[in-house]
Amino acid sequence: MPKDSGIGASSKRREDIRFLTGTGQYSDDINIHGQAHVYFLRSDVAHGRINKIDTAAASAMPGVVRIFTGADFEGIGGLPCGWQVTDRFGAVMKEPAHPVLAQGKVRHVGDPICAIVADTLEQAKDAAEAIELDIAELPAVVNMKDALKPTSAKVHDDLSDNLCYDWGFVEDNRDAVDQAIKNAAHVTTLELVNNRLVANPMEPRVAVGDYNRANDESTLYTTSQNPHVIRLLMGAFVLGIPEHKLRVVAPDVGGGFGTKIFHYAEEAFCTFAARQLNRAVKWTSSRSEAFMSDAHGRDHVTKIELALDADNNFTAVRTETYANMGAYLSTFAPSVPTWLHGTLMAGTYKTPLIYVNVKAVFTNTVPVDAYRGAGRPEATYQLERVIDKAARELGVDPIALRRQNFITQFPYATPVAVEYDTGDYEATMAKLEEIADLSGFEARRKASEAKGKLRGLGVNCYIEACGIAPSNLVGQLGARAGLYDAATVRVNATGSISVMVGAHSHGQGHETAFPQVVAEMLGIDENMIDIVHGDSSKIPFGMGTYGSRSIAVCGSAMVRATEKIINKAKKIASHLLEASEADIELKGGHFSVKGTDKSCAWGDVTLAAYVPHNYPLEDIEPGLEETAFYDPSNFTYPSGAYACEVEIDPDTGKVTVERFSAADDFGNVINPMIVTGQVHGGIGQGIGQALLENCAYDENGQLLSASYMDYAMPRASDVPFYTVDHSCQTPCTHNPLGVKGCGEAGAIGSPPAVVNAVVDALQSGGFKHVTHIDMPVSPSRVWAAMNG
Amino acid sequence: MNLSESKFIAADRDTVWQALLSADMLKECVPGCTEMAGSPAEGFEATVVQKVGPVKATFKGAVTLSDIVEGQSLMLSGEGKGGAAGFAKGSANVTLSDQDGGTLLSYEVEAKVGGKLAQLGSRIIDGFAKKMADQFFENFRSAVEGPSDEETKEDTAEKKGWFKKIIG
Repeated sequence: MPKDSGIGASSKRREDIRFLTGTGQYSDDINIHGQAHVYFLRSDVAHGRINKIDTAAASAMPGVVRIFTGADFEGIGGLPCGWQVTDRFGAVMKEPAHPVLAQGKVRHVGDPICAIVADTLEQAKDAAEAIELDIAELPAVVNMKDALKPTSAKVHDDLSDNLCYDWGFVEDNRDAVDQAIKNAAHVTTLELVNNRLVANPMEPRVAVGDYNRANDESTLYTTSQNPHVIRLLMGAFVLGIPEHKLRVVAPDVGGGFGTKIFHYAEEAFCTFAARQLNRAVKWTSSRSEAFMSDAHGRDHVTKIELALDADNNFTAVRTETYANMGAYLSTFAPSVPTWLHGTLMAGTYKTPLIYVNVKAVFTNTVPVDAYRGAGRPEATYQLERVIDKAARELGVDPIALRRQNFITQFPYATPVAVEYDTGDYEATMAKLEEIADLSGFEARRKASEAKGKLRGLGVNCYIEACGIAPSNLVGQLGARAGLYDAATVRVNATGSISVMVGAHSHGQGHETAFPQVVAEMLGIDENMIDIVHGDSSKIPFGMGTYGSRSIAVCGSAMVRATEKIINKAKKIASHLLEASEADIELKGGHFSVKGTDKSCAWGDVTLAAYVPHNYPLEDIEPGLEETAFYDPSNFTYPSGAYACEVEIDPDTGKVTVERFSAADDFGNVINPMIVTGQVHGGIGQGIGQALLENCAYDENGQLLSASYMDYAMPRASDVPFYTVDHSCQTPCTHNPLGVKGCGEAGAIGSPPAVVNAVVDALQSGGFKHVTHIDMPVSPSRVWAAMNG
Repeated sequence: MNLSESKFIAADRDTVWQALLSADMLKECVPGCTEMAGSPAEGFEATVVQKVGPVKATFKGAVTLSDIVEGQSLMLSGEGKGGAAGFAKGSANVTLSDQDGGTLLSYEVEAKVGGKLAQLGSRIIDGFAKKMADQFFENFRSAVEGPSDEETKEDTAEKKGWFKKIIG
């Protein structure tokens, strides 16, 4: 019987009332009296030397307050990178400077050169037209493999070449893997591209910088997934403002998908300029600017080899990946193709030997960083595609081949450094077969064929590492921050509760799900509890929301703080009830003395805490507020099995997704409806990557897909009704809620399912020569493959 | 993009050559040109108003003549900055040869765009560049030949062709 409140209930998302009625408070809704507006003049060449910037005429134009250039930022820090990767020879990665405004050179289309601050945005834009720029265009570095040739132009003149790092993992396994592949009964090889994506959150980025000269305090309102991280990076590394003089607020945020984790130049600029001008400065990105200034995602070129023995057991995996960093290192860029990718190359399989090589490359393109899944979709896609190809080459059922190689014993230490605590891959596969009605596929294929269409079925598994992450572990791996989280539970005198959480909600439904946990623990109504998030001045600390970590890490901090509240409340109750503390029970919002009919209500205890007329003041302090920091001891490992059925129109090559089913194991689930919604969204983005989305550059580094005319976002008509199940639950063993995280699963598990289905449709339709098509699987690519 | 085409001009080679070096002639012939000043030796300053797909902009830039082989061939290069719209660059390698009753003007065109033009208009840029080049050399041809009955006739014929395409 479904619950109607607390953990496991599908409580309706309370935040949706304001989102759906247009009363959300987004950064762009914030207007500060007297604010000025900034327009960034951005490079329209991919690579060039700045010979001259003449702002004299522009500065004299109406309304112009001041025009800033890179020269204004000399002596001020550049944008920092939050993760240092060590290469396979033991050397640290190359880490070029990343100035707020371009200095000396421009390195990608969209690189900001001048910031024009004016009374109105229109005046700022007009003045930008009057700036005289003399930029000598240099040869652009676009293709990653060409970028590594000795003859290539250099993105950064002070570096020896365009290679950021050459990473090997696990380097000690390299020879053993080579040997295993040499000795294998069968080796399947696949070369593929994980296409570059633009996140495209519905709300473009915004930064509003404010400054109060009276107390020397700066405030930044920004579209961020992690305001405390921005405060730390910008305050400590860029502008030199101590935390107590810098407040960062991320109010309602309309989608992040990773791209709003990072610290961006515009945030630092608006905060800096507000101090310089003693006036608030506001920037709102246009959609065109978003395409050329938001960090992009994916962009890997990979060769993967899977070795099998004569019984079709996986014996080794070897990969070689070129990962595009873009022109500068975005905040967490180096971690994505390495620790968030290489550690997942075991998948759900007991492959004993794995070696992953990644060459990260600088190019004259927008920086690339984490995007929904971040490294894990790239790992899953290549592994699940090569397994499918192997099954075809060997003439075995792709599901049976996976089953045969599943990990079945837990905990399981993979050869790529992580230890899966729990999982049941057979259970999710069996659930998938049921919900996807795989036994009915042949009949559906015949029905499609009767209509002149090809039909294909693609099945795959995925695993991901979420709940990012144990601080001591990531510290060893190069993270320059801890990855714990924090929560303060503030119980008010009349029993209502504000929970200040370090996680940030930008679509995940935290305002609904987090109170469900506290309500369950205390036995009180969910509506007595609100969470407060997104404001560094209100919350003790927070590392923010990404890597499907919020409920697993911040939720656990909230549980720990609530446990402290319960302990103290029991002490107060024992005083009020004149009983031993050990005999006090909390149930249904009442404290009672075991074995008696004596009880008092939650509200009696909370009132006593703030009106301590009858209170054990000699033993405990008044008030009822507790804070906890929680640092996880391991990642969490959600997993699942996905099935996709596509139809292909052989005349046009157009692929349509007819059915999509997902059987996920997220451990315990707090709010099943919200989890279902998260999976729906993720699958939609995965289908977008598989069939539609592609960020394209031409050979000169010009960005060609910078509007919705050229960058194809998935629409409602591109996706089917999904069948989603998360009843297979192997709870996480190391966090108090037993949760694993669900935010990215859909985007990780779905692209290989779609492409596997496309290849299946073509193969079964007689196009035996088609063993792979790169994403996006557009009609022209399918048609060309069929006729090629 | 690259394209090569040729046009027959009913005028002798010397006349065609002189026309190629004339600022007035260039102004007349560059589609959307509102201003043009300068000389073949020092180059020309030009202002051109053009609409590429969704982007309409005023391009200010320079037109230069280079690789001049007197009476035979030259390189006509233009580079225009359209402010927020980005930039466009193009060059035409022009070769003249005698042909019965006039001169054959052959040209190879290269065009490149950047900034917003590339971002919003890349799909249509090839067609646009071809149209610009065709228009330029067609304008040039009729400017050199001068208005004639034949041209009027041809003009009508062209219009018919276009019209027929739509209704056909």
